[in-house]
This record gives sequence, C-alpha cells and structure tokens, in this order.
Amino acid sequence: METPNIAHAEAPVDAHHHEPHSFWSKYVFSQDHKVIAMQYMITALVMGFIGMAMSWIFRIQLAWPEHNLPFLRFLMPTNMESGTLQTPGYYMLVTMHGTIMVFFLLTAILTGGFGNYLIPLQVGARDMAFPFLNMLSYWFYFLSCVVITISLFVSTGAAAAGWTSYPPLSALAKATPGSGLGQDLWLIAIALFIVASTMGSLNYVTTALNMRAKGMTLMRMPLTVWGIIVAAMLGLFAFPALFAGAVLLLLDRHLGTSFFLPHLVLGGEHIVRNDGSPLLWQHLFWFLGHPEVYILILPAMGITSEILSNGARKPIFGYKVMVASIIAIGFLSFIVWGHHMFVSGMNPWLGFAFVITTLIIAVPSAIKTFNWLGTLWKGNIRFTTPMLYAIGFISTFVTGGLTGLFLGNSALDIPLHDTYFVVAHFHVVMGLSSVFGIFAGIYYWFPKMTGKMMSERWGKVHFWLTFIGSYGVFWTMHYLGFMGMPRRYYSYDSYQFLPLSMHALQIVITISALVVGIAQLIFVVNFLGSWLRGKKAPDNPWEATTLEWQTSTPPPHGNWGPVLPVVHRWPYDYSVPGASADFVPQTVPVEAEPSGEHHRHAVAVNGHGHTNGHGNGHHS
Amino acid sequence: MKSSSRQAFGYAAFLLVFTAIAAYTVANKTWWFPPLASVQGAEIDNLFMITLLLTGIVFMAVHIVLAYFVWRYRGRPQRTAAYVTHNTPFEVSAAATVALALVILVGGGTTLWTKIQSPPPDDAFTVEVWAEQFRWTFHYPGADGRMGNTDVRFISDNNPYGLDPNDPYAKDDLFASEMHVPYGKPIAVILRSKDVLHSFFLPHFRMKMDVVPGMKTRIWFTPTQSGTFEIPCAELCGVGHYIMRGVLTVEPPSTFNEWISQQTPVGMSQ
Repeated sequence: METPNIAHAEAPVDAHHHEPHSFWSKYVFSQDHKVIAMQYMITALVMGFIGMAMSWIFRIQLAWPEHNLPFLRFLMPTNMESGTLQTPGYYMLVTMHGTIMVFFLLTAILTGGFGNYLIPLQVGARDMAFPFLNMLSYWFYFLSCVVITISLFVSTGAAAAGWTSYPPLSALAKATPGSGLGQDLWLIAIALFIVASTMGSLNYVTTALNMRAKGMTLMRMPLTVWGIIVAAMLGLFAFPALFAGAVLLLLDRHLGTSFFLPHLVLGGEHIVRNDGSPLLWQHLFWFLGHPEVYILILPAMGITSEILSNGARKPIFGYKVMVASIIAIGFLSFIVWGHHMFVSGMNPWLGFAFVITTLIIAVPSAIKTFNWLGTLWKGNIRFTTPMLYAIGFISTFVTGGLTGLFLGNSALDIPLHDTYFVVAHFHVVMGLSSVFGIFAGIYYWFPKMTGKMMSERWGKVHFWLTFIGSYGVFWTMHYLGFMGMPRRYYSYDSYQFLPLSMHALQIVITISALVVGIAQLIFVVNFLGSWLRGKKAPDNPWEATTLEWQTSTPPPHGNWGPVLPVVHRWPYDYSVPGASADFVPQTVPVEAEPSGEHHRHAVAVNGHGHTNGHGNGHHS
Repeated sequence: MKSSSRQAFGYAAFLLVFTAIAAYTVANKTWWFPPLASVQGAEIDNLFMITLLLTGIVFMAVHIVLAYFVWRYRGRPQRTAAYVTHNTPFEVSAAATVALALVILVGGGTTLWTKIQSPPPDDAFTVEVWAEQFRWTFHYPGADGRMGNTDVRFISDNNPYGLDPNDPYAKDDLFASEMHVPYGKPIAVILRSKDVLHSFFLPHFRMKMDVVPGMKTRIWFTPTQSGTFEIPCAELCGVGHYIMRGVLTVEPPSTFNEWISQQTPVGMSQ
C-alpha cells in the first residue's frame, strides 16, 4: 500500500495509477473512486426506487383500505391474497421501506456516492487513500443489498418489526410473521452494510486529512468535504453499536441468550430467559440511529451550501461558522439518542438531560439556516435545477427542524410520540432534506460524472412536482399527528376518536405520493436519456471555483493529468470586486486575481512564488 | 432571463402560498387534537401552544424572507452579487436570540416533565394494566382493597395474569377487559406486558407510556372529564397492532362502585 504523500510526488503519475484496460478491472472490480462512486450511486438509486414503490403500495392501503390491486399478486404472492394487501404484507412493506430508504439509499448514496466522487476531486488527490478497500466497501454494500432483497422473497416473509426492529418482536419467530428467516437476513444485511460503511468511512476521512493538494488547508476545503468527513466520522463511531446490537440479537434469536429478552409468555407459551432488557436494544439502536440522521443531513448540508454559493454567485456566508456548526452538530449528535426513548420506560430523569442536549442542536442548525439565507442575500441567483433543489432544502430543513423542537421536548413528546407527527417530522427533516441535497448534487455533478448535461426543462418539471408533492405528503401528515393517529396501523376503522376528515387527508397524502412517484420516473428518464444523448458538457458548466471543475470533464483516471493542482485560495471567491469574472477558481494565484479570503489577500502577497504564504496542506 | 424571472416568481409565490395555508390551517385548528380530558394534558397543551407560537414565527419569517430573497435577488445580466463573506455581530446576535428562545422551551419543558414524572399523589386510584398480543386487561384489587403481586413466571392456564399464589392479597383480585376509574381522583397506572412491547396511549389525556416485558412502567394523570375514551396501542406489537383497542370509562364514584361490584374475582385454582 502506498503512503498517502506519494500522491503528491512531482512525478507525473505514479505506477499505482496505471489506467486499467480490461472491462472487469475498469467497470466492475474497479479501484477508481469515480467508478466506485457511480456504482454506489446507481445501486443506491435502484434500491431507493424499490423502497419508494413499496410506499405506494402501503399508501394505497391507507387511502383506500383493502383496495384490489390484482397486478401486485405477481410480486407478492403470499401477501396479496385475492389481490388486496394483507396485514403481514403491510408491516413488511413499512419495515422494508424504512430500512431501504435510510440505509441502502440515503446513507449509501451520500457517503458512498458523493463522498467517493467528491473527496479526491475536491481536495486535489488522485484517488482515495486505500483504493482496494474502497472497492471492497462497494462490494460489501452490494452484497448487503442482495441479502436484503432476497429477504423479501423468503417463505416466512421479510422482516416486519419496523425499521427499528425492536425486540421482543424481532427476537422471537412466533411473535410476528417476518420474525423468521426474514429477520435474520435483515440483521445480516445490516451487519454487512456496516462493514461496507466502515471501510468507506475510513477512506473518506483518511483521504481528506492526508491527501490534500498543496495549498488545500483544512479551512480551504469546500463545505461538501467537511459535511461528508464529519458524517464519515459519525459512522465510524456510531455504526459499531448497531453492529454489536445485530450480533447480540442474532444470539438471542438462535442461541437462547438473554441480552434483550426477559422471561415472557407469548401466545400462552413460557419463554424462559434471564432478565434481559428490550431497552438495551433501543439504546444500541439509537446510539447509531441518531447520529445516523446527521450522517444523512451533514453531507446534504454541505452539498446545499456549495450549490447555494455557486448559484447565488456569492461566497458562502460565514464559512468558518459553517464548519464549526458542522463539527458541533456532529459532536452533539452522539449525546441526544435518548430523545427517541422519552416514553420507552427509560428512567425519566435521563429524559431531562436529553431534552437539554437535543434542544442545543437547534443553535448550530439555526446558525446554518441564517447563513444560507445570508448567502442568497444580495446574490445574483441563477435558477438552475441544482439551485432550485438547494433553495428547497432550506425550506424543508427549517420546516422539519422546527417540528423537532416539539418532539425533542419530552413533555410534548408524550402525546406526539409514535403518531404521524413523528412520521411527518423525520421525513421532512432527514428524508426530504437529504433527498433534496442528493438531487441538487446529482443535477450539479452529473455533467462532471458523465460529460453530458441533464435536461434543464425536465429537471425543472421534476423539481416542481417533487417539491409541491412532498409537502402535500408530509405537511399533511402533521395534522394526522395532531389528531393522535398512531403510526404503523394497517387500518384505522376500529377507532372513533379520529375525525372522519382524516380519510380525506389520507387520500390527499396518497395522491401526492403518487405524483412524487411520477416525478421520479421523469427523473429516471432524464438521467438515462441525458447520459445517452444529452448535450456535451463543458469542463466547468456552472462556472464554479472548486477543484473538480478545473480538470477535464469527465476527469481522467488519476483525475489531474500529469501535474497535481495547487490551491491558492478558499473555494468561495464568487463576485470578488476587481476580478475579471464573477468566479475565481481555487487554482488561480492571488497575484493573478484578487481574493477576499478572510480579507487577507485583498492586498497582494509577495515573495511566495505560487504558494499563498500561509496555507500548507502538504503533509510530509 | 425571462425564464429566470418566471422561476423566481413561481418559487416566491409557492413559498408564500404554502406558508399561508400552513399558518391558516394550524391557527384555525382545522385538524386538531382530540378534546382535552386531563389536568396534565392542559399543561402539555399550554406548552404546545407556546412552542407553536415561537416555531410558527420562525417558520413564517424564514419562508417570507426566503421568498423575498428569491424574487429580489433573481439573476439579471446587468447585476453582480455583493461580495460579503460574513457578519460576526449578526451571527452572534442571531445565535443568542435562538438560544434565548430555547431557554424558554427547555425551562417550560423540564419543569412540566418533572411534574408529570413525579410520584402520584397518595390518594391516587391505582390500576394495573396488562398488555398482550392484542388486548388490554385491567387488574383491580378485590374486597380487601389491596392489589396482589403479579409476575409472568406464575402465568398458567388457570392464572392468566400471574397472580402470586403466596400473596394473600391476590386471592380476591379482579380482572376486567375494560378500564373503569372513578372521577375526581388522580389515576395511577402500572403497566405490564406479557409478551412484546406495547404502548398505552390515551389521546384525550395526552398520556402515553410504553409497556415493556420484564419491567413495570408507570404514569399518572387527573381526569377532568367523565366519559368513555379509547386506548390505542402506540408501539408496533405485531399483525394485530392496529386492532389492539382498549376502552377507558371515567365515571362518578357511585357508578364506578356499582361496576366494580359486578366484576367477579378470577381467583386461582391451586
């Protein structure tokens, strides 16, 4: 294995980076971060489509209970008897939708996809620090996708204990259909996923810390890289807790241990175990589960910041504070997990501490929001599709973040917990917001990845249907939460306390969800169509400052040709007074164009050749 | 550029319309909480309204500002953006304002949480609730006025809720499939599960607590309304989760006494 600083050698391209020529080494078992990124992205998008299609089926059940869907019998023969969705099938779909979306789509695409693609290109490296590990990471992820997909087709059904898989429901095969082989495969798939994520995260952090180009100091890294590496660190520290949980739960399931199981009586039969606690699983799960939502939102925040600055043609407002906020949010995310457990039976006095830590997160989050608004203020906004999504992110992040102030306050959580208010909250703040970050990122970097432009016209149609439709789905869900409607119900017919108007709201939600679904089909067609026959992309179509746009499109193997880039300024020199264009790339020396970085370079720096006098990202 | 203005106008208009609809339906309480029925619920609703007011102001302010910026700073060829990198006084004062609002919410929240989680008053009427897939059963003391011990280890066909055979107070205990409580007293609930997790949810009383096998969880509340209320299960407990419905009747003490006298002790065949 090479040492990281070899990548900085002046020699044109070191031996390690000889371009592979066979089909297998180039496209399948590739060690090129750009190919691995595409593999991650496409696999994640396919999984995401499966997860979304699942939501259509259970949304139809909720709006038009027991509606006949004969065509689904081919897909789900055991759970669609006589053409209507049965209860076990409903719970399996709900469980798998959550699992697939959180892990196999969002986590995978943000770290594995964007992390892989952007980190080496934005810090000026030729590839990841450990290319072989990087390849292994993708293939473990692929394996986990295969296992979770197979679990949909086993005879006892897929896991059905919710994406949180709380025992005892998930620990005992008799407790619920789906708690058989399906649950085992769920646990194995999650464990494999964690292995993949750990190998990836090690690479992302190492590469960003050790392989930056000359002049690329930490405080000159684009916010995308900051968001992704802090997310990767969260993954490194938090995912092992869930890995341990998955192993212990498998032991409880098959070897009769009592980590999560006390003595209990299920269906009249004594199950003799030794004082284990179901709460232990909840602690392990949420010790990952809460950092997990920040693993999704921090990269999306980074992408959004990047694109807002580019689209507004203005420096990101308060760069240093943005970096500090990312780090603060990352740190705080480890000490708030108990807010998922206020009414779980956990000692209520612990709730006290978790209320305080949880609400403190609102401070860095609010600062970030103000800074995004500050970035738009006095800008010259270009309404490209990436920019539409980035602006949409501000809206969804604020909407979903504010409802967190209700749920994070334990007393208010009592009536709202496990109702549709929670479903609304987390979908808006971590689902929608990170999806908006992802779409902004895809439209923005698609030209770099493929060498083609995506259709702007269809991009805009996709955006508007998605934006309006998503609020139709998730804003409406808050009302159901107010009514006290519990989540994870197959039907609400037995209850009188819910007003009849809830049926109308359910229909609004489902129709909106189908509209959003149609919009995603438009996206697929645009994605594939543009890739095949889109307009050829110039090297720097968005007139951006960051390094990835200063190489050819798409970048060659090894990213930079013979000579590595040298960085002379921060990544946000947009509309610098006195500059010849409204953007100055990071590779342009301050002698050639003015810079406003920390107001230090407004005066020309002399006597330092092509370095800038204070930045030295070259670690030797 | 025509397209830029169109996008800017559309964007600003959507944000404003969405904000207006959101603000109206919430302020108008078009879809709202079930009617309130407890002292603690009233305090929770109070804190909810304070939180709603604070977050509502921020929600509307951010969306209106965002809509304005999107329109005002839409791209035009003759313009250039201002070069502004940061504004420390603004950032510090914004953060301080947010922190101040949070102090109000944390203060109100933790005070109320302490109150709700404190031990129930001595005169509280206690019911033990047993949850299992997919029903609720309610355990009352018998004529001796004291509730016997229960434990899952004692459960058998003849002793479905695990009354302790060695506990003399357990002999005359009552089990009912509906929950009845006398109006006018605080109600303390001890929650037990036979099998998996459940959650005892009283939407009208703004009360909820998970029911966890292997441990006792507790809540207490003071009803302010008599009547019949539903008890949905709020923690996924299996395929019958959505039909795990219980009923709570809050009634005058005389009616309650009549009801309880009609319940027959299950006893225990030894």
